[in-house]
This record gives sequence, structure tokens and C-alpha cells, in this order.
Amino acid sequence: MTSGGIKPHGIKRAVLSGLGGALALFGGSAMANPKPWQLNMTRGASEWSSVPYHLNNIALGVCVGIGILVFGAMFIAMFRFRKSRGAVAEKWTHNTMLEVVWTTVPVIILITLAYLATGGLTSFANTTGSQMTVKVTGYQWKWRYDYVDYKGKPIDHVGFMSKLDRLSDETRQLDSGMDPNAVQTDGENTYLLNVDKPLVVPVGTKIRFVITAGDVIHSWWVPALGWKMDAIPGIVNAAWTNIEKPGVYRGQCAELCGQDHGFMPIVVKAVPEAEFEQWLAQQQAANAPKPAAAAPATAQATTPAQGNQG
Amino acid sequence: MAHAATHDHHDHHGAPSNFFVRWCMSTNHKDIGTLYLVFALVMFFIGGSFAMVIRAELFKPGLQLVQPYFFNEMTTMHALVMIFGAVMPAFVGLGNWMIPLMIGAPDMALPRMNNLSFWIMPFAFALLLSTLFSAGGAPAGGWTMYPPLALQGGSVAQMVFAIHLMGISSIMGSINIIATILNMRAPGMDLLKMPVFVWSWLITAFLLIAVMPVLAGAVTMLLTDKYFGTSFFNAAGGGDPVLYQHIFWFFGHPEVYIMILPAFGVISEIIPTFARKPIFGYKAMVFAIASIAFLSFIVWAHHMFAVGLPLGAEVFFMYATMLIAVPTGVKVFNWVSTMWGGSMTFETPMLFAIAFVILFTIGGFSGLMLALAPADFQYHDTYFVVAHFHYVLVTGAVFSIIAATYYWLPKWTGRMYSEFWGKMHFWNSVIWVNVLFFPQHFLGLAGMPRRIPDYNVAFANFNMISSIGGFLFGASQLIFVGVLIHAVWGSKKKATDRVWEGAKGLEWTVPSPAPFHTFEVPPVINDDELAHGHVDH
Repeated sequence: MTSGGIKPHGIKRAVLSGLGGALALFGGSAMANPKPWQLNMTRGASEWSSVPYHLNNIALGVCVGIGILVFGAMFIAMFRFRKSRGAVAEKWTHNTMLEVVWTTVPVIILITLAYLATGGLTSFANTTGSQMTVKVTGYQWKWRYDYVDYKGKPIDHVGFMSKLDRLSDETRQLDSGMDPNAVQTDGENTYLLNVDKPLVVPVGTKIRFVITAGDVIHSWWVPALGWKMDAIPGIVNAAWTNIEKPGVYRGQCAELCGQDHGFMPIVVKAVPEAEFEQWLAQQQAANAPKPAAAAPATAQATTPAQGNQG
Repeated sequence: MAHAATHDHHDHHGAPSNFFVRWCMSTNHKDIGTLYLVFALVMFFIGGSFAMVIRAELFKPGLQLVQPYFFNEMTTMHALVMIFGAVMPAFVGLGNWMIPLMIGAPDMALPRMNNLSFWIMPFAFALLLSTLFSAGGAPAGGWTMYPPLALQGGSVAQMVFAIHLMGISSIMGSINIIATILNMRAPGMDLLKMPVFVWSWLITAFLLIAVMPVLAGAVTMLLTDKYFGTSFFNAAGGGDPVLYQHIFWFFGHPEVYIMILPAFGVISEIIPTFARKPIFGYKAMVFAIASIAFLSFIVWAHHMFAVGLPLGAEVFFMYATMLIAVPTGVKVFNWVSTMWGGSMTFETPMLFAIAFVILFTIGGFSGLMLALAPADFQYHDTYFVVAHFHYVLVTGAVFSIIAATYYWLPKWTGRMYSEFWGKMHFWNSVIWVNVLFFPQHFLGLAGMPRRIPDYNVAFANFNMISSIGGFLFGASQLIFVGVLIHAVWGSKKKATDRVWEGAKGLEWTVPSPAPFHTFEVPPVINDDELAHGHVDH
């Protein structure tokens, strides 16, 4: 039971269409932003993000099935065995056959779920063979991204802080009088989900993240990537992703880290490989040590690919 | 019968008439039980008021009421007060009142220690709650107190000492319960003839003794890290922040079961009474509780799937956690089987017990989903988790405490509570608690992290629904207070000794209200009188 796991075909699809159909309907696919009235997890946008999504749907289906049986039996009992209907209490307190069944059947169901989950865990743990490394550092209350290497070549001087965008930050102040509904980016509400500088990464590339923190524990979570990983001072955690579709994927810090824990979002901008390479070259050029002064101001102005709020 | 024996004696020495002597110097298990229960009720409302602040701030996007730091103080204090101040003392109060009555003992084994273990609690909570008014503010790093964050805030010393006091109180209470159950059972009350509630408390008491010192150790290390320059959890000094989480959850997971095992016991008393049928699978019930207690020691890291555990650890803790579904499932199936073929009536305690079985099971389902580590990478630290543990703690533990209160209240006060208002309380509670917590599953799945004071507008709809449910669930509990006040002082309707037609067990053989002293002469045990019926076959 050490391999196995979820791959998009076969039994799982049958289970899904049967039990998770209604949920899949609400879930949609590869959404970048949470939606009003959203009921379920989304499929996500990376190679691995289908694992938690399908596992969630299968486990939910199993629970709903067992729930219908158990609660159904309870309601039948409550209707049939009421004193007001003249029911007379029976005396039995054992039924060996039943007890064996309701001990072994759950064990079989659990083994099935464990088999699927183990496969997902194993594939998640394999961070080898990555083509790119990004170091993520959590700070109170912002993220720092450092590009470490890309396609076997080390990257120098590409790294930046990424913090809550200014409009959200002004709106979120107590008694600001500003309307959270008015915080829009490209027609979507991005209140508390937008940053000044997103993490830009290529699609179709296995990216290894090394994740740590500078002060307290944070947790780096982009739901569309399918996982979160704690950023812990003194410890470097590793995780990986391979984003399949270009898009802007938003997330938030997921570990309580102080007063502005709710205000340090994460934005990952996944772009085609060529566009990424262009962006990276620009960043490297802009950040290369220059003889003259006044680098920061010009660097800000000459990076068109940075912010995404227009 | 025992009945007659107690009648002869109790008139000679009743409760002391002096208020101070009676309540502050009490060594009587019934009075101390009452003190615990009243204390728990007060804490339930204090903790509940913090929850109202949280839900009010989350009513709509944007910050309207409180600053984020104060919001964090509220979430932290809400959890600490509800766990250590409301749920745990309520179960200790129920144990104090009922265990001696259920096993035919005249009192707890260690009555003076019983007094001490209660009277530590008000001081512990005075210390903890005073931090709300202190310069540094209340603890705001979450009830789990993870370093380094917990060490940044003020009031670390008050929080640590308050936890030490609560731990001392819990350990003394547990020693007392174990000593009482093992030494003071009436002749013929064999261990495997004890009511399931007594069994559940015996096992819970061992859990408490095992893990409260672990919590004390963890918070003491926080204290020395903060004030004495040690670096247990400080990476810069060679320590490890994750070590704290391992130690904390080695306490924390058994702690979760400390809050639910006595609830299993309560429900196992109530359902047979109102189904008028002996409990299904008595021994299976006891062994299920024992195996859940054992498993609780080897699953702690399922709270830490996202800290970057090695693959082997993730797999082990995932399997061990999933295993808990088996004994828990057995319990639920047994409760349903107890109802099947019975002759049921639906008084308020039974309504709460049935709601417990359904809603606790829903909490168990989400627990199973959370156990699947890859899915937990998404669920972890979202509102899905908040929904999960409120289903098991509010509709689980708290509903069982309310059920137990309605069930034994006539025995305590000698008067019947108002069935109409009891049912009003039930229907309001069960509807609004679901309006409160069910939408939180959706919020979590859609990606809303927990412990945030403000959120994207996509989460607005369900948060508003949840807040409305929260306010109304909170308000519904005022009905409970009204019912209690009426039952203690106002009700004209005298309770019979048996109270419920189907009630079995020694506690129903003493008069209502239970006299100040009971079972001064050990009762004669008649196996037919035991709630679970004949145990030999």
C-alpha cells in the first residue's frame, strides 16, 4: 500500500459522476478566484492539484452514502418505534452478524481511501527533477520571493517583497469608509487577494519551492496549486508545482502570524515559458549591479510585467 | 431497596445553612458538582460573548468593529475559555454529581481535594480573563500558543500560570474520579456492570492524568523561552518551533477526546432510557471508548500535516487517524441499534441526544475527510476545520452537556423543568447551530483561511448567514438559562424518584431531589435495574 493513488480515469470517474456530480457542477474548473456561493473545492490549475480535489469528492461521496444509510435508519426507527404508535420495546442487545459487518465494511472503505491518499502523498513528496527553484520567505506581513535557479542555471539578483496592494490596504482599515466591493482587478473583486508584485512563474515547468520564514510561522497557500506548506523560521520546507494553464492564481497566508495575518495575500502569475524568460531577463538586467545610483526608482518603472492591477 | 436505606438517614444532617460554609467549604460531591456546572455555564456565556464579537466582525467584508489584534485576542480567548472553562468543567461537574450516585458511593473518594480542585478554577480564570484589561492585552496567538508568535504577545506569564492552575485542577479532579470509581463502588457493582457514563469518565480521567503534565511542560518551556533566555523553540538559539507543536498536540489530541468521551457516556445513558430498551452492545461501547482513548495518543501529528513532515510520518499519522473511524462508527451504529425496536418518546434530553448522534456524526465525517493528508493540504487551517471541530464540540460535547442537564435536572432540583421551553430551546439551538456552522464548510472549501478578521467579498454571503445563525444560536441559550432558573426556583411540578419511565440505574433509586447524603448504606445491586440490562449474554 505504498504506491497506487489517483490518476484521472476509471473507477474514480464513475464514483464522481454518481456521487459528486452536483458538487462538481458548483465547483467548476480551474478558477483563479473564490466565487460567491462557491460550495466545493476546485480542481485547481496544476498537475498535482487534482489529487486533493478528487480525494475530497470521493471522501465526501463516501460520507454522504454512509450518512444516508445511518441517518435513514435513525429516521425510520424514530418513526416506526415510537411509543405513541404503540411500539413495545424489544429486549435484544446483540447481533453478532451485524456487528461484524459494520466493523469490517468501514475497514474496507478506509483501506480504499488510504490507498488513494497514499498515492497522492507519494507524488507530492517527490520534489526531484524540478526545472526551477523559488525561495519563499514569510515575514510579518508580506512574502519575499527569490528566484534561485532556472533550467539548471543560477539566477542572481531576482528577488522582491510582495505585499498587500495599496487599495485593499486602505480599504481594510477600521472605519475607512471605503467599499470592499470597489476593489476590482480585471473585472474581478480582489479585495485582500491582490499584491503589489506577484510571483511570476512559467507554466508547464516543474517548480520547486523552498519555503521558510524570517520571524514567526506562516503558511504559503494558493488553493489552485492544491497544497499549503508552513513557512517556519529555522526550517526550510520543500514543495513543488507544475502549473498547467496560464492565469493569475490567488491565495492567502494560512497560519496565524499576528495582527495582519489576514492581510498578506499571495498572487502567482503563471505565464507561457517564452514570456517568463523575457520577464526574467528584464528583471536580471534591471537588478544587475549598476555603476550609477538611482537604481530603485527606474527599476520600478521599467518592469512592465510586474503588478497586475492595471 | 437502596431507596429506603437513604431515606432513613439523610434527614439527620442536611446541607449547612450558612451560604459561605455550604458553597466555599463544601466537601459534598453534589454541591461541588453544582459549583462546577454553574461555573461552566458562566464561562459558556463569557466564551460565547467573545464568539459574538468574532461573528459580528465577520458579518460583512471590511473591518467595522474591532482592530485585527483584538480580533485575535477574541479567537484565542474564546477557545481557551470554552475548552478549559466551559466544556471540561461541565463534564467534571456531571461526573461529580452522578458518578457516586451511579455506582452507589456515598461521596467522592477525596472530598477535600474535590473542593480544592474546584476552587482553583475561578482563580485560574480570573487570572486569564484579567489579561483582557492589562496593558499587553490578552493572549492573541491562538489557543494553540504556537511559538514564536505566542511569545511576541503580552500576558504570556498570566496565560501560562492560568494553564498550570487549570492543569492542577484537572489532575486532582481526575485522581478523585479514578479513586472513587476503583474503590467506592457498591458491592456487586462490577466494573463491567458500571453505566457507560462512568466508564467513559474512568477512561477520560486516565487521559487527563497522562496529558495535562505534557501541556504544563510545553507552556513552561514557552515561559522560560520568553523570560529566562532559553531556546527550546527558538531556531536562532538552536531550538525548534515544530518541537512545540509535537508536544502541544501530544496533549492536544487526547484533550479533544477528553471533551468527547464523557459525551459518549451521556448519550449512552439517555438513548436507552427514552428508547426503553437496553443499550446495544454494552461491552463493544466500553471497548470502543477504550480504543479511541488509546488511538488518541498516536495521531497527534494529523494537526501538523502542513508543517513539512517526512513522507513516512504523514502516512503513519494518516492511517492511525483513519483507524479512529472504526470504533467511532461502532458507537454510532450501536446507538442507532439501541433505538431500533425500542419504544421511543422524545422529551428534551432525547431530542438533544438524537441531534448529538446526527450532528456529531457529521463532524466525524468531516474528520475522516481531514484525515486524508493530501486533501488536508487544502483543508488545513481553513473554515472547513472550523466547521469540523465546532460540529464535534458544539453539537457534540455541548449538546451532550445540555442533554445531560435536562436528563438529570429533575433529580438535582426535585422539580420538572418546562418541557415546552425545553423543546423551544432544542429547536432553536438545533436550527441555528446548523445555520451557524454548516456554511463554514463551504467557506473553507472555497478557500477562506481561519483566524482572519476580514475577507474577500466572495466569502460574504456565507459569512453573513453564519453570523445570523451565530447570533440566534447565542440568543437561544438564554432560553436555557430561563428553563434552568424556572426549574430550580419556579417550577411547581414535583419530579418523581424515577423521573423518566424508562430510566434505569442506581441514581433513580434515590429520592428527587437527591438528598444531601446518599448511599450511606451501600445499595443492593439488582442487575435488572442497570441501564444496560443483563450483561451476561
